[in-house]
Amino acid sequence: MPNITRRATILGASTLALAPLARPAIAEAKKYGPGVTDTEIKIGNTVPYSGNASAYGQVGRAHSAYFRMINDQGGVNGRKINYISLDDGYSPPKTVELARQLVERDQVLFLFATLGTAPNTAIHKYMNQRKVPHLFVSTGASKWGDPKHYPWTMGFAPDYHTEGYIYAQHALKNVPNPKIAILRQNDDMGVDYLDGFMEGIKSGLGPDGEKKIAQIATYEVTDPTVDSQMLQLKNTGANVFFNITTPKFAAQAIKKAAEIGWKPAHYLVNVAASIGVVIKPAGYENAQGIITALYQKDVTDPFWESYPDYRAWREWMAKYQPTANPMESANATGYIQAFTLMQVLKQCGDELTRENIMRQAANLKDLEVPMLVPGIRLNTSPTNFYPLRSVHPARLEGEHWKLFGELMTKAE
Amino acid sequence: MAAQPHSWATKAGIGWGALVFWLFMATLPLIGFVWDDPSFDYWMFMGQSMLIYAIAVLGLNLLTGFNGQISLGHGAFFALGAYIAAILMNDAGWPYWATLPAAAVVCFGAGFLFGFPALKLEGHYLALATFSLAIAVPQLLKHKAITHWTGGVSGLVLEKPDPPFGVPLSPDQFLYYFCLGVAALLFWAAFNLLRGRTGLGLMAIRDHAMAAATMGIDTALYKTIAFGISALFTGVAGALSAITVAYVAPDSFTLQLSVYFLVGLVVGGLSSLPGCIIGGVFLVLVQNTAQSISNWAKGTFALAYDVPPWAIYGVVLLLLMYLLPTGVAGGITRLRVWVARRLAPPVPRASEPAVIQRQTTEAD
Amino acid sequence: MEFFIQQIAAGLTSGAIYACVALGLVMIFVSTDHINFAQGEMAMFSTYLAWALIQAGIPYWVAFGLTIVFSFFGGLLIQRVILKPLETAPVLSLVVCFIALLSIFNAIAGMVWSYTVKQFPSPFPAGSMIAGGLVSQHQIGVVAVTMIMLGILTVFFRYTTLGLAMRAAAQNPASARLMGVRVSWMLALGWGLAASIGAVAGMLVAPIVFLDPGMMAGILIYGFAAALVGGIGNPGGAVAGGFIVGVLENLVGTYLIGNELKLTLALILVVCVLTLKPAGLFGRVTVKRV
Repeated sequence: MPNITRRATILGASTLALAPLARPAIAEAKKYGPGVTDTEIKIGNTVPYSGNASAYGQVGRAHSAYFRMINDQGGVNGRKINYISLDDGYSPPKTVELARQLVERDQVLFLFATLGTAPNTAIHKYMNQRKVPHLFVSTGASKWGDPKHYPWTMGFAPDYHTEGYIYAQHALKNVPNPKIAILRQNDDMGVDYLDGFMEGIKSGLGPDGEKKIAQIATYEVTDPTVDSQMLQLKNTGANVFFNITTPKFAAQAIKKAAEIGWKPAHYLVNVAASIGVVIKPAGYENAQGIITALYQKDVTDPFWESYPDYRAWREWMAKYQPTANPMESANATGYIQAFTLMQVLKQCGDELTRENIMRQAANLKDLEVPMLVPGIRLNTSPTNFYPLRSVHPARLEGEHWKLFGELMTKAE
Repeated sequence: MAAQPHSWATKAGIGWGALVFWLFMATLPLIGFVWDDPSFDYWMFMGQSMLIYAIAVLGLNLLTGFNGQISLGHGAFFALGAYIAAILMNDAGWPYWATLPAAAVVCFGAGFLFGFPALKLEGHYLALATFSLAIAVPQLLKHKAITHWTGGVSGLVLEKPDPPFGVPLSPDQFLYYFCLGVAALLFWAAFNLLRGRTGLGLMAIRDHAMAAATMGIDTALYKTIAFGISALFTGVAGALSAITVAYVAPDSFTLQLSVYFLVGLVVGGLSSLPGCIIGGVFLVLVQNTAQSISNWAKGTFALAYDVPPWAIYGVVLLLLMYLLPTGVAGGITRLRVWVARRLAPPVPRASEPAVIQRQTTEAD
Repeated sequence: MEFFIQQIAAGLTSGAIYACVALGLVMIFVSTDHINFAQGEMAMFSTYLAWALIQAGIPYWVAFGLTIVFSFFGGLLIQRVILKPLETAPVLSLVVCFIALLSIFNAIAGMVWSYTVKQFPSPFPAGSMIAGGLVSQHQIGVVAVTMIMLGILTVFFRYTTLGLAMRAAAQNPASARLMGVRVSWMLALGWGLAASIGAVAGMLVAPIVFLDPGMMAGILIYGFAAALVGGIGNPGGAVAGGFIVGVLENLVGTYLIGNELKLTLALILVVCVLTLKPAGLFGRVTVKRV
């Protein structure tokens, strides 16, 4: 490629510049990548703080609050975290621009927890071509754990595909003569969950399994209600309902199903499984028996109050995010991600290069992370770029999610 | 809509200011050979974005500024151009430069077709119709019937083009020149269009449609052509954006994009070609600035909340409507006129006071 | 057959929402000749104010009333402070203004109350009136309140002097001034009333769709379609238009084009009505003099 010469010159120049910092093996190896000094580590991030998806922006604020706590405690190995979180408005072209700004202009060490499937897809190739860690991407899409082709990108949360698969398996096992109706949001999350579910159906019943799907109804986030879709789905006479929605529509769907007297086996995606934001508004009595899969403790469920990690989280919220809404699950998600990142940085010690960041990120063994459902551990390896692979099935009984059965883990 | 002095549009030759501007823009990538900063390619990318938005705003300006038809839906044409380019590159293996004419043709057709119903709509109603178009587009792009080509919700990932063999430029430098070339070509085309009969016809329709019709201008034809040409320009900008960002997805083309173009147009200046460039630059820089203003405001006023950037844009828009309704370009023109008047006050001629009166009011 | 009736019933109930929003749009149009793109966001903002009052412990109907009053003065203020200086400005400036207001209200609501979905209480008893759970008491309440508002507005515009003065000020400001009507204040009053109607619409809609800053974004476009279909100058037409649009949207979405093209349907409706019958089904055709 004709452009190698110029890049090589720049790389060569910067390596020369870094040479004085790379001490010989006798003393402790203090190796720094871009954005690192003896007192600071610069980290970049993009989330939507404005626009239609701004609800997800809260996770960025949670990260900032967590890093403030870390910095108050002296930082990681004596270095404070300089967390630069920029607003991409969930617009992929903007994400590209901001990623380039953070990497090329601000010279951050890596990007952390960038949010959104489309925004992350837009920078996926770029991050890997530039060899910049693209860590713990905040999306449930299943394509982020591919170390062979994209060694610099790593996912985080249990992916939607796996979750869908698990629901399908459960339905096939527990519902005789299943006839399935699906409501899904018309976006990447909806597609991902559906693909996993369909794979689960087909793996249980063979390719003919598709015939068991009575109808798939979609809706847009801009739709006022999903009443029409719910009526259509009930009309199919289905006895299994896979509810792939975000909180607002999940609450509407649950309420409507009860109102029209439709009581199928109801599977609700994790994204919409908040007691405070979905189940309570929809009506506890309408939501009995709904099945979901949890990996994160539900921040609105008082059931967890007896757990020390939950209480620690609450204290952190009170001190570092006093005006934030404690009902938002994003505040737990951000906490979990930031905690995991701290572990990676701790493991890096004084070797804070991009290569070592990836090496340590791929070296998390049985990590116990606060605010995860008991029993779930975080694991990565050079061939496993899915840190969280387990979810725990839960059923709504009374006013809480009661865990049942066993932890379900995606095979490697 | 008030007419603005377009001395640059009626001059016989190409404006020297424009020439200097384009030459200056062409020299910017050369800085990369003396300044070895790793962020240089990023600035080249920003330059590409500014040029792309400038072209998109130019398209909108041709329709709204010069022809008086309000459009809140130009994001739709931008999306169309981007997807045409992406699909041709992805599915049909076309080279990136060949997608531009294709996008231009398709978008012209789409704009022309939309122009027909738009003929009967004015002012608020046209704004409403185009508003609906902008809202409907993302859902259309996701429709399962065309997912095979569009990639549906996940969109299409594209390959960023490399410079042609032997050219000693980085990909970003090369793409900058590519965008610059296309922009210069389009601005020159717009300039000629506006100078000629078509342009005058468009502006006449804007200023007083009924009078224009009585003068023999086929308003229906001109208005639909205006829509077509406007869509063509914005569509080419969309195609360029697909090439430079190397990714298209429905999420990139929401109502907000159309609002952005409108903001860029209004800030830069209606019916002003330089205003389009200002608008393009503004759009690219303003988001970063809004973030800084937000941080500054939070710190200075000790607010409990982050001041959201869209609130800042809204306030900026409102202020502009009161203080600078003709945009920055209009403001510069007024400034120039004011300075000119200060430097050379007209000598009153006792014999023809009426002429001087007319001169000073025209210069407003 | 039963399914068909169910879809119609569902269409009527969402239609009631659109009718409510359309009333506010018509209000602005009748009193100022403008299309207010920010109507939805203003309604949403008022609903948040109501929510905040209720959270502070104020009983529902008191909060309801207070919100209507706040919204009235808010609308009035917006017209006086923000729109009055632009009275003589070209249409584009006004459109930009409305878009600016839209952005500001949306952003501030998100900033102050966050984007988490909230519950908004309904003044009507829970449960459903019609067998099969088709229509809840609340939804019937929405229809009832919309009809009441429609009645009040119709009486106001047709039979009171003030209403007449407002219509005159909108249609022919110059002549109205000559008749002694204070045109500027009529416009402000129109905005105040529209803001109040919007607040009511928001408070009625929120229990169904749940309260979040994006609540009205989707509804607005259908509200526009409804107002246009019924005739943008005609409050009764707007309400009828709302029901028509609601039912049409549901039936077409269920039987014809699927749920994935509902917004395109709205677009086509808007464009068709505007080009083929701009006065809507029940509106009056106005002729412009040269």
